Amino acid sequence: MNAHPSLVIGEPVEIRDASSQPDAMVRFETVSKTYPTYRGKPGVLALQGIDFAIARGSITGVIGRSGAGKSSLVRLINGLEKPSTGRVVVDARDISALTGRDLRLAQRSIGMIFQHFNLLSSRTAADNIALPLEIAGWSKADIKARVSELLALVGIADKHDRYPSELSGGQKQRIGIARALATRPDVLLSDEATSALDPQTTRAILDLLANINRELGVTIVLITHEMSVVRQLAKEVVVLDAGRVVESGHVADIFTHPRHPITQSFLAEVTGDRLPVSLASRIVQEPGSHAVIRVQVRGAGASDTLIARLARELGLDVSLLSARIDEIGGQHVGSLVLGIPGGEGAATRTLAFLSQHQVWAERLGYVA
Amino acid sequence: MSPELINLIIQATGETLFMVGIAAVLGTVFGLPLGVFLATSRKGELFAAPAVNAALGMVVNATRSTPFIILVVAIIPFTRLIAGTSIGSTAAIVPLTIASTPFIARLVEAAIREVDGGLIETASSFGASPFQIVFKVLIPEALPGLLLALTLAVVSLLGYSAMVGAVGGGGLGDLGIRYGYQRFMPEMMLAVVVVLIALVQLVQSAGDYLARRVNRRLRHH
Repeated sequence: MNAHPSLVIGEPVEIRDASSQPDAMVRFETVSKTYPTYRGKPGVLALQGIDFAIARGSITGVIGRSGAGKSSLVRLINGLEKPSTGRVVVDARDISALTGRDLRLAQRSIGMIFQHFNLLSSRTAADNIALPLEIAGWSKADIKARVSELLALVGIADKHDRYPSELSGGQKQRIGIARALATRPDVLLSDEATSALDPQTTRAILDLLANINRELGVTIVLITHEMSVVRQLAKEVVVLDAGRVVESGHVADIFTHPRHPITQSFLAEVTGDRLPVSLASRIVQEPGSHAVIRVQVRGAGASDTLIARLARELGLDVSLLSARIDEIGGQHVGSLVLGIPGGEGAATRTLAFLSQHQVWAERLGYVA
Repeated sequence: MSPELINLIIQATGETLFMVGIAAVLGTVFGLPLGVFLATSRKGELFAAPAVNAALGMVVNATRSTPFIILVVAIIPFTRLIAGTSIGSTAAIVPLTIASTPFIARLVEAAIREVDGGLIETASSFGASPFQIVFKVLIPEALPGLLLALTLAVVSLLGYSAMVGAVGGGGLGDLGIRYGYQRFMPEMMLAVVVVLIALVQLVQSAGDYLARRVNRRLRHH
């Protein structure tokens, strides 16, 4: 990565475990965050036992319900908040130990985009992008050149002189992204950046972020409550619940083998609404002629043999009710909905067989 | 109306504009930073100093709740210290400034508090210092509100300036009282009121126009 002047300012930082994770861009080391008591209200434990690393150049999704601690987590990375215990190391520097001018210099190598864009209404698109550069003390000529470059990068070169009130949500977020990238940061933090956008615009913004990651090598940390965002963009995912990391790993692994109930409920949101309406409306919970089982299999071809093996080894006339293949975290993941004849016993045997072969499956119910 | 009387009105208008103009400038010079500080110094804010904030708040409230005519008389020794005299338009600038500073400070505080807190966090996230946040974010974003606040302050000062006649401050209010009321010249009273109405209209329209021009929040095409 490029060497920022900020990296040589402040005291050299001793790095624990440097050998085990030489390529970590961001590392949480046994971090907890407690908000103090305020006006008689008890203190809030927002984060607890946070211990994970984010690889340089990766795109990592941090997913959780509201109140799970996502916002606190992301604000620890750019020093807007300090951990109560532990430390947060960004690019080999303990950002939680920095204050004042040292912190402000370090923050220039960490960009951030926001759900509500947070653009200055009094500044044009170009001047909004120029703001972090003005703050960093760039010359007028350098700012002008850099802003043009950034406007082109995010695809809104024609909106140079427009005010935010004249732009759409997607255009505003593009300005937000250009502004966050202005000082050539190593890390880009996205705090629910697409939550206020429609699905089509969300897709375009996520594509833009993927391009930026690929072309500039910027490490991206995505905070979101939407699994669809993680699925489309992230390679790694960290699932937060009640201030703790309950699951983390490759997106494709987590999507095919979700262990924690919270993860499963997030997955249900992206996969659960995919049943054909005609089928979904017929599913009941009382045992019927066919059990309906949803299966997720990973890797191209895996789904082809699965049904044949089920039929052969369990002697069941398995019917395929619905199927689709998605690309998740760079891997093909097949979602199949199977109809298993023979009532509850057959369904239970099928689930046992699938679990034995490490295939994620769940019983949705029965059809008559 | 005789030319002498018209001359008196022109002279009084000049005195009023002089007093109000200087007091508005000085009131802004003191009131703007005070207002910005009041808006940013509570617990957890940019220049957090809750005790100072509370103390300044009390001083501001005390000054604002003192009737202006009492303030004028009460601070005569201070006025003499600053202006060298306690009589005349120049001396009147002292109480006018002291009255308008807390007034402007409270209006500035309200305008600054209107700025979305997310913008402060945003600027902090890319390493802006507290002073950069004030000058690059808070003041520019609050500018429409600040201009309306100043307009309101100038209009109020026009009203206050009528009272400084009590200490020989001169100006339109003084002229209206001495000629219109004490010498029973209703046409003089009417002329003074008409000039004051025209001034207030002018100031308000100019303020509204400027505030609209700098407001980019609701511009549609």
